[in-house]
Amino acid sequence: MSAVMKEPMQTIERPVPRSQRGPAPARVTVTYGMWLFLLSDIVMFAAFFAAFVVLRDHTAGGPSGRALFDRHDVLIETACLLFSSFSCALQGIGVEYRNKIVTYTAAAVTLLLGAAFMVLELSEFTRMIGEGAGPGRSAFLSGFFALVGLHGLHVACGMFWLVVMLAQVATLGFSPKVVRRLLCFNLFWHALDIVWVGVFTVVYLGAFT
Amino acid sequence: MKTDVQESRHDEQPGASADLRTSLLKYSGGLVFSIILTGASFWVSGTGAVWAGGVPVLLAALAIAQMGVHLLMFLHVSSGPESTNNIMSLAFGVFVVALVIFGSMIIMHSLDARMNDMPVDAHHTMMAP
Repeated sequence: MSAVMKEPMQTIERPVPRSQRGPAPARVTVTYGMWLFLLSDIVMFAAFFAAFVVLRDHTAGGPSGRALFDRHDVLIETACLLFSSFSCALQGIGVEYRNKIVTYTAAAVTLLLGAAFMVLELSEFTRMIGEGAGPGRSAFLSGFFALVGLHGLHVACGMFWLVVMLAQVATLGFSPKVVRRLLCFNLFWHALDIVWVGVFTVVYLGAFT
Repeated sequence: MKTDVQESRHDEQPGASADLRTSLLKYSGGLVFSIILTGASFWVSGTGAVWAGGVPVLLAALAIAQMGVHLLMFLHVSSGPESTNNIMSLAFGVFVVALVIFGSMIIMHSLDARMNDMPVDAHHTMMAP
């Protein structure tokens, strides 16, 4: 009797108050935690940006940004990161549809573009240091190498993370845990691109104005 | 394991959260907007067609626009109920970032100006007991 009474009660569709919905799904809580980490990371970048902006005119008689930077290289670096952001988003679609071929292909493109970015940046650094414009030359260059180097370090760590994630997809498949980690990686990679927008605007283009 | 049940209900439906066409359109739109805004930034900084005094403001506006495009198109920040917490923490993050950067700029600029205004003798009078 009680079972019969219970049955129609459950079929009534009524919006559940937020206080009674229970814990949020893991996908929401995990990405929220990642989001908080990214925001604190960006706050740390803000300190480096502030240091760079304050020190940018203190060249101590050394070369200024206008003399050192090559705008074409920066444009290519920016394009690399931008398209890697797009391929990373496509990888997210591949993960969502549990499609290994799309995931691997998009991840390979992301890695390739990330590697191209790193090669360009490192060749720029070695060229500058070879010209005697290393981080010890002036306060401006200390700030430059700290800020841009920190971003490059993040890209390198992200590429390492992606390789680890691909190994996890290969061995564990698209288990819920792996899918959530890939979601977090997606957020991380896009956040790096946002930081790079600040870098190329403030550091590189700012030097030519 | 209660969490496993929840995970399987919410996380294991392939393609449940968005359909393919919408996401592809969103990402392509993000890419196109970013290319346009990046191109505009590089053009503005290199051309003489824009009044020099307006270039930094224009660059800042383009950069903020591009960050907004990234947040909307790639990071999926929306006004949906799931991202209320994300929006609140984003607002706080932007506040702290602005405070750190512009606060440092204002304070250091003001200090710079004061040091330059100071007459050479002032250092000695300051040192004097």
